[in-house]
Amino acid sequence: MGWLGKTLLMAGLGLSLWGCGQSASEQQTKLVLTGSSTVAPLANELGKKFEAQNPGVRVDVQTGGSSRGFADASQGLNDLGMVSRDLTDDEKAEFQDWAIAKDGIAIIVHQDNPLTTLSDNEVTAIYLDKTNDWQALGGDTGQITVVNKAEGRSTLELFLKYFDLENGEIQADVVIGDNQQGIKTVAGNPQAIAYVSIGAAEQEIAQGTPIKLLAMDGVEATTENIKNGTFPLSRTLNLVSQGAPNPLAQQFIQFAQSPEAYAVVEAQSFVPLDSQKAKAKDLAPQS
Amino acid sequence: MVKQKWGDRLGTGFIWAIPLTITAIFLWIIGDVFWHGLGQINWQFLFTAPIDAGRSGGIAPILVSTAWILLICMGVSLPLGIGTAVLLVEFSDIKTGFGQLIRRSLDTLAGVPSIVFGLFGNALFVKVFGLGFSILSGGLTLACMVLPLLIRSTEEGLRAVPQSYRLGAASLGISQTKTLWHLILPAAMPGFVAGFVLGIGRAIAETAALIFTSGYVDRMPSSWLDSGRSLSIHIYDLAMNISNGNANAYGTATVLITLLLMINALTSWIGATWTNHHFKF
Amino acid sequence: MHLNPDLILLWLVRGLGTISAILVLLILLFLFKEAFPVLREVGIGAFFFDAVWQPTKGKFNLLPMILGTLWTTLGAMILATPLGILSAIFCQFYAPDFLAKLYRRLLELLAGIPSVVYGFWGLLVLVPMINRIQPPGASVLAGILILTLMILPTIALIADASFAKVPTSYLTGSQALGISQWGMVWGVAVPAAKSGLMTAGILATGRALGETMAVLMVCGNVVKTPTGLFDPVRTLTANIALEMAYALGDHRSALFVSGLMLMVVVIGLIAVAEWVVAEGKNYG
Repeated sequence: MGWLGKTLLMAGLGLSLWGCGQSASEQQTKLVLTGSSTVAPLANELGKKFEAQNPGVRVDVQTGGSSRGFADASQGLNDLGMVSRDLTDDEKAEFQDWAIAKDGIAIIVHQDNPLTTLSDNEVTAIYLDKTNDWQALGGDTGQITVVNKAEGRSTLELFLKYFDLENGEIQADVVIGDNQQGIKTVAGNPQAIAYVSIGAAEQEIAQGTPIKLLAMDGVEATTENIKNGTFPLSRTLNLVSQGAPNPLAQQFIQFAQSPEAYAVVEAQSFVPLDSQKAKAKDLAPQS
Repeated sequence: MVKQKWGDRLGTGFIWAIPLTITAIFLWIIGDVFWHGLGQINWQFLFTAPIDAGRSGGIAPILVSTAWILLICMGVSLPLGIGTAVLLVEFSDIKTGFGQLIRRSLDTLAGVPSIVFGLFGNALFVKVFGLGFSILSGGLTLACMVLPLLIRSTEEGLRAVPQSYRLGAASLGISQTKTLWHLILPAAMPGFVAGFVLGIGRAIAETAALIFTSGYVDRMPSSWLDSGRSLSIHIYDLAMNISNGNANAYGTATVLITLLLMINALTSWIGATWTNHHFKF
Repeated sequence: MHLNPDLILLWLVRGLGTISAILVLLILLFLFKEAFPVLREVGIGAFFFDAVWQPTKGKFNLLPMILGTLWTTLGAMILATPLGILSAIFCQFYAPDFLAKLYRRLLELLAGIPSVVYGFWGLLVLVPMINRIQPPGASVLAGILILTLMILPTIALIADASFAKVPTSYLTGSQALGISQWGMVWGVAVPAAKSGLMTAGILATGRALGETMAVLMVCGNVVKTPTGLFDPVRTLTANIALEMAYALGDHRSALFVSGLMLMVVVIGLIAVAEWVVAEGKNYG
């Protein structure tokens, strides 16, 4: 019995030493992206393609919100930050940014909800709990379950800004973290209302998740309407870095902005940037 | 007198009703998980990577990450735990000084909420040590968490070794180190093993301490510095964030509970063997 | 120079022991270090008297979360304490031997089920059930029920152990006096095991306060002081788990303040538990 004990002891000691040794060796083939949970699924898919093209490279994606994308970039904790909104002037002065796609934020409800559109005023009233029954909006009778996002999310910031709300005034019933959690909450509750990334929502609808996007003040929440710029609540998805990115990151940015990446962007229900430029050019002479 | 008898019977009935209810709820939870989960489990589930954020595919990288996290956790906490237990039992007086101080701080450590371990791990291992969100950070954080459990169990094992072993060895002039290595540690083996198994049980069940330390990348880790997702985090993510993720969450929960049941069975088997064979050296 | 192996061993285990011993201090130190920037900036008062919890805008009112933790913990204690103690009484005084053993094993299993599994079950079974009574379902009540299940085994197992320590002479004595079993349990065994029962309660309180994942999954996480059992609620621990990944600067610092608060309460509880045990030894 004694040898077993000793072996265990030695194994334990050995392991802890090996652990120390291991921590010293850093691999250079790793690209770390952190930030927005809206960009993360796209970055993940882009990463997979990028890995396939560059054997030996590994792209790790960690979510943590747009602000973390900035913070980690300035502390050197990532190679690229992911940011799901347009940069402010201050941020532009400090960071380099590369737009990779466009996305919108829209209201979602359960598939069984008979409503198809909500005016901005109606959304505001729901979130302030001035309207608390679907019947008042022409739906079935039932108390509205208001889903809000937790502090620190840029989707929350954009939503508040667009509807001119203070987070403190919102009377939520459930508070969620990532887009996916909001979608799951709404899918499981016919009375719920939430706001999420259109890309994420369309992705889920394609999977058969029982939710639907509502038109916002009459404008359908579709990638098409983001593309042509008519959807009011849209944003750019960016990659950022402080100073010049390292060669591998540069290569990744190039890939993410190349036509090759458009299919991936579209498969994730986001809008590739170039098609937008193309659209804008088409429209320019007419207007 | 008759009245009291009735009261007594009522009390008896009440007291039987409670364990029955609790057993029923337990069976409900376990039954619910296994009912939905067993159908998910096959070789493919265990040996392939998650596809589509875990909606389909399996849990192979998650099992590997979990195993690495546990290995680091036990590899670090075992020498620390055994050393501390030896100090407490063989080298210090229970009631005084240093031993008392260690025991007090371990009692406190045992009560620290797991989320606080998570904060600590994030501040120390992830940030100060610069290990980032990694299997190493997660394993080290869990090592701190299971330490009190491990020490207590090892201590009990050491205390169960008859005093005559120590006195006999001392009277023969055998050094303390040799006595410990050849006599006491082997005799206290069941204590270590029990602690080891209990520690693994606690660590494998943990979620809150890992979300900010090991992170939740669901890919096959290629080194200890990669982020890795544990089974419990996978269940959490599938349950909370992934629509249509429930089926695989059930599958993962079934795997986790099965592992825990095995660990539990192992602990009680060790307990039984210990009491039966302990004095037959 | 000749090195004495015994001496090396002594210093080796002393070294390892010291590491184990300073871990708690290290945890406190790091919590404080991370919490300090915001504490220095706004003071501890801000965490109780600010208007709202909007950490990105410099408003840090933690009171709704503190009350959330308080209500869920209190509710769970009110339910779990009697159930746990009665479970222990069942094991010690009512059940046949094999059944008591079986039930103990079951309680150990229950204690070992991961909190994320309780949360998952709560999310899929309990929350929809409560939603049918009164929406949204994710509520104080759901939190209380899940916590009750989670801390009940702790209470039952510790209570069981302390009943086992009551000297048999007390019990046989009361039987000889013709006291009924019910009377013996409540008149003799419970008072004799009092300090053990209190310890069970205190340790379970600590567990309930610190529980994170299950509560996070079933409580709805709205930052608002709940006014009823069906209101959603966010606990201190859920707040950390939900926002930590996204928190920067003062926001992150504020979350460490709440961690520090939890830690202080837990240390207080453990001190009380130690005192109870010591008192029990003196007078029991």
